[in-house]
Amino acid sequence: MAELTYRDAVARGIAQEMTRDPDVVFLGEDVAKAGGVFKATVGLYEQFGPLRVRDTPISEQAILGAAMGAAMTGLKPIAEIMFSDFFAVCFDYIANEIPKSRYMSNGQLKCPLVIRTGNGAGSRFGAQHSQSVENWCMMIPGLKVVAPSSPIDVIGLLAAAVRDPDPVIFLEHKSLYATKGEVPDGEILDKLGTAKILRPGKDATIIALALMVPRALEAANRLASEHGIDCEVIDVRSLVPLDTQTILGSIAKTHHCFSVEENPRLCGWGAEIMSIVADEAFYDLDGPLVRITTPHIPLPAADILEDAILPTVDRIVERVRRTLKG
Amino acid sequence: MSQTPISAAAVNDDIGEQTRLELYRSQVNIREAEQRAFDLFLQNMVKGTSHLSLGQEAVAAGFAVAMKKGDLSFCTYRGHAHTLARGVPVEKVLGELMQRDNGLMRGKGGSMHLTSEEHGVMGSYAIIGAHLPIACGAAWRAQYKKQDDVTVCFFGDGTTNIGAFHEALNFAAVWKLPVIFVCENNFYMEYTPIGDVTAVKNPAGDRASAYGLEKIVIDGNDADVVYRAAKTAYDKARAGGGPSLIECLTYRHSGHSRADPAKYRPEGELEKWKERDPIKIYRERLKSFGIGDDVVAKIDAEVRRVVDDATEKCKAAPNPPMEILTTDVYADGGWAWRN
Repeated sequence: MAELTYRDAVARGIAQEMTRDPDVVFLGEDVAKAGGVFKATVGLYEQFGPLRVRDTPISEQAILGAAMGAAMTGLKPIAEIMFSDFFAVCFDYIANEIPKSRYMSNGQLKCPLVIRTGNGAGSRFGAQHSQSVENWCMMIPGLKVVAPSSPIDVIGLLAAAVRDPDPVIFLEHKSLYATKGEVPDGEILDKLGTAKILRPGKDATIIALALMVPRALEAANRLASEHGIDCEVIDVRSLVPLDTQTILGSIAKTHHCFSVEENPRLCGWGAEIMSIVADEAFYDLDGPLVRITTPHIPLPAADILEDAILPTVDRIVERVRRTLKG
Repeated sequence: MSQTPISAAAVNDDIGEQTRLELYRSQVNIREAEQRAFDLFLQNMVKGTSHLSLGQEAVAAGFAVAMKKGDLSFCTYRGHAHTLARGVPVEKVLGELMQRDNGLMRGKGGSMHLTSEEHGVMGSYAIIGAHLPIACGAAWRAQYKKQDDVTVCFFGDGTTNIGAFHEALNFAAVWKLPVIFVCENNFYMEYTPIGDVTAVKNPAGDRASAYGLEKIVIDGNDADVVYRAAKTAYDKARAGGGPSLIECLTYRHSGHSRADPAKYRPEGELEKWKERDPIKIYRERLKSFGIGDDVVAKIDAEVRRVVDDATEKCKAAPNPPMEILTTDVYADGGWAWRN
């Protein structure tokens, strides 16, 4: 057991899989000799050499296209897109090519690859380097979408993503890179499509993802101590496949559901989950389904402005309290 | 005239009689199948869109015949020709165009996405330029695993003006990948002449130097010329010499897609190019090497019979069953995104 940062967990997860399987290769901008702009891939180039850990030009289409072609023909590539906002410049691969080749070819073509990316706000980078784009990916049939919130989940879910036979979008939260957590020694392998109940509770269910998970947990602690409201906090972890059973099971017990989402409001991941809850657990509910999201605006750069628009612990506490106690 | 002696030139030159007959058969097979696809469209039996390679057969045939088994092809939505040239049965191609259950992908892909993994046809791509980077990835795999196959990526002149072309060419050159980029310059992107929207005369050839590559512009209507250029590029790639970019000058006899009557052509242009019809050129070539008319006629008849037979089979084939609607979205064979 050791304490590890989320950042170091990325490198450990990749190293674990590259050690296990020589077909795992890694490519991206500044990922090899420089160790990544977020220093999340330090040491991999030295450990696995220039044939397996490769710096690319600033060519996001070439990165994802090459990863796809390699995956189709027998490798298991991990491709890094430095900022998830850049998905927009290679979206053809994310939306049209990678997820659809298996279906269009009637199962002839495969595409086992992982696209890692730095997602989310908090770095004061402004509207083109701070977005939460998990909903851009969740809407596309054929993709799997994962967003870990802790170092141990980074390793376990990354390992599961690399071993998965389908293309997986792996969203690392930039503001979590410096956070720490206990990680056991040895191989770690988790399972895609599994949500985790991080805090059991009986009065309300709060579902959250990535950076919003620690905020939901802190809010739950305050709701308990300050308002006597006992919240169950679920880390969704995997948007596709989606573990609806864990979420619906929790709501059957608490009768209230809140989502805490960093993405802008329209078509956020919570909207999809809430529609499932409304369809399938309506008679379990004792109150409205409440989405706590970033407002539907581009992200500002200034720290004071950025901090004001992301869901905060205060906002979560207030919305849950007001909904349950009026 | 099957007794006509084969000239020494034909026997001994670098291509040889057997390969020439293969090149001819491949071109005729494409011509007949494409013409049939057009006829079936007029009978409302080819659904959706389709993009024919009538007049461009020599490029597909030349590159495919020069390939080895295990080499990979990446095609565009104008990809029937390249798919057929790799040996995919006509019935499978026409079946997909007719969206029947006997099609290559049982109707799930359609005309623009012909794929036959077992023949090395790694897909046909309908987003301009998308497959150039993907071909780089297939070539990277060969390089990484020290396998000696080459990857060939076909595209049109219009593709040279999209960003993915530039990204892929630079990437392939920097990584020295065993990939051949084949630009079929048929002088029209869709409806607009490529020259009207391109800063250079040769849309691919004049850009080669930007990637440290040799400018190669060839007669794409002469299968011998294409075959030789292909062999040279494959040999270079297999020897670790990196990518090639080859611009083949050719001309499509039909419109861009089935919706296009090609009224934008200047008068006489099509007729001029039809004098340089690749099949006409090749019949003369075979004759000049002493291959008899009867040999040619026999190939023509065999191909026609295969296409006729395929047509009847496709007409009789059932529609795809509803059960395949939700198969193969994910690797487990299904489409489940939740529990």
